[in-house]
Amino acid sequence: MSKPPVKPVDTSRRPGISMEAAVQRRARLAEEMRAAKTVRRLVTPEGAAIQLKLGSASERAGAFMIDISIQWAIVIATFIGLNYIASALNPGSANVAFAFWLVFFFFVRNFYYIFFEIGQRAATPGKRVLGLRVAARDGGRLTANSVLARNFIREIEIGLPFQFALMGGDQFGAWMALFGLVWSGVFLLFPIFNKDKMRVGDLIAGTWVIKAPKAKLMPDITSAAAQPETSSRFAFTPAQTGAYGIHELHVLEDVLRQSTPEIKAQVASRIRAKINWTRIEGETDLVFLETYYAALRRRLEQRILLGDRKTDKYDLR
Amino acid sequence: MSELLKSYRFREERQADWQRLDLILTKAENGGVKTLSDEQMLALPRLYRQAVSSLSVARSISLDQNVINYLESLCTRSYFFVYGARTTLGERMMQFLRRDWSAAVSKSVWTTLLSAFFFFGGWALAFFLCLQDMDWFWTFHGPANFFDGRNPDATVEYLRSTIYTQPGEAEDGQLTAFSSFLFNNNAQIALFAFALGFAFGIPTAWLLVYNGVMIGSLYAVFWDKGLGYEFTGWLMIHGVTELFAIVLAGAAGFIIGGAVAFPGGRTRLASARVAGQRAATIAMGCVVMLIIAALLEGFGRQLINSDTVRYAVAGSTLVLWLVYFYVPRKGPAE
Repeated sequence: MSKPPVKPVDTSRRPGISMEAAVQRRARLAEEMRAAKTVRRLVTPEGAAIQLKLGSASERAGAFMIDISIQWAIVIATFIGLNYIASALNPGSANVAFAFWLVFFFFVRNFYYIFFEIGQRAATPGKRVLGLRVAARDGGRLTANSVLARNFIREIEIGLPFQFALMGGDQFGAWMALFGLVWSGVFLLFPIFNKDKMRVGDLIAGTWVIKAPKAKLMPDITSAAAQPETSSRFAFTPAQTGAYGIHELHVLEDVLRQSTPEIKAQVASRIRAKINWTRIEGETDLVFLETYYAALRRRLEQRILLGDRKTDKYDLR
Repeated sequence: MSELLKSYRFREERQADWQRLDLILTKAENGGVKTLSDEQMLALPRLYRQAVSSLSVARSISLDQNVINYLESLCTRSYFFVYGARTTLGERMMQFLRRDWSAAVSKSVWTTLLSAFFFFGGWALAFFLCLQDMDWFWTFHGPANFFDGRNPDATVEYLRSTIYTQPGEAEDGQLTAFSSFLFNNNAQIALFAFALGFAFGIPTAWLLVYNGVMIGSLYAVFWDKGLGYEFTGWLMIHGVTELFAIVLAGAAGFIIGGAVAFPGGRTRLASARVAGQRAATIAMGCVVMLIIAALLEGFGRQLINSDTVRYAVAGSTLVLWLVYFYVPRKGPAE
């Protein structure tokens, strides 16, 4: 998720912030800046902006590993299968089986990616597993020609370094192989060296690979806290709901949605200490966190409507 | 305090529609457009626009990360679906065969000529060098026995025997295996020639010259023994298609190389993209041509042993390809 640029807060002049907290905050902001660099804005014809996140080099390498394993599995399985069938029928048909397998090998090698990326999901099985898909860089339609181009280029990115690596021979040959390996390595490592994480094939085809994970809509946390009997018992003062900002709200949301009861208990006790909250009768950690989340979100959303984003607890205005 | 949050009410009112859109998208992604009912097809654009507007409102009023992430993902998915490709694979193939392929080739006459120049240049170079002094053959090929003993030391009778199939010489199985091996090899070279174009076309040029030299020197061996006419028939029955494909693959490489090296008025990226689309179409066509060439080679050449018929097949394939690629055709332009 990209967040709007965080206003720099001069922490040096405020004695309330510890050195450690300031360092942590700076690290967090740096991380957010880094994440924001891989986000691209796409304005749809309706005029709405969609944020596309580029797939990282490691995710793409992972997807490729999955795909190449599938390819080898297919090729080897058909080889064994054809061998079996050919020997069962009659010995002379081995040649035909081998011929068939060779052509099949060529198509699996070159058209596996094309077959899947031309389809509706624009992703190979490996990319699907990692939540990636191919998209046209200009936001338009991903044409079949682009898919062809980006995958035919694969030959110099994977095939060429591989061939040079297998090359060898005498001393001169070995030097040539090393030179070739370095030269072709440039193509292989191309995605690391450009900000759009494009392969050479992406560059030629006008495509890039983006993250398109499926997200699940979960119940709103405030719906649990909205029952009259709960909310009337928890009355937070404005000072208490002003203790935290948007960043802390989001962390609290993650805690409530995914973490264990122990972590919830720890977080609850820290918040209680921070806002000077005295436990009321029958209060559980979960109910406290949910109601505090609701109160904090209400307060922060109200401030947003007035054009005031309190980015985190250090943002004092 | 019991009053609901504005952002929560906003979500409550719309989430049924979001989930409906989600359902339609999941169905379409799994089974294709055809699995959608008419009603779902009609609802899709409305639901999509609603989700997009929900997203921009949610970004400005809601601090619920989950809702925003969900809408972000939903809108991305539906954007790619709504504005994605509608054609089926079959339609795409028909369009490729009917128009795209020949349009791409006929637009690339100059790069095709350049590619042919390198290939036949290498061929002519090797041919004339070898005719003057047959030692060149060994320089080009090294001591390895590449061509099954077809070298300057072979006898005329042996060379002649390689051109024609003796009755009962090879069973069908071997022919098929051999032609599929050749197809595999040639098609991979063609795709290589395309991909290497990215390095400003220089490796492509080298690959073309190298392959030209290989064939040119072999040609010289047969020519030297007075088998030029027969060998041409043997080579050209499938060679017209095969060599044309290699030359076109080289041209595709040069298109990319040229676009990257000399982008002209466009940015380098934009220029590469436009060239890449055209070059990829040509490269795909090369694969098709090489399949045809392999069939001609594996079956046609082994079954047809008459020089005249071989020349006739070679000539007619050449005419067919030229007409297919370069005769302008009616229909909507790209």
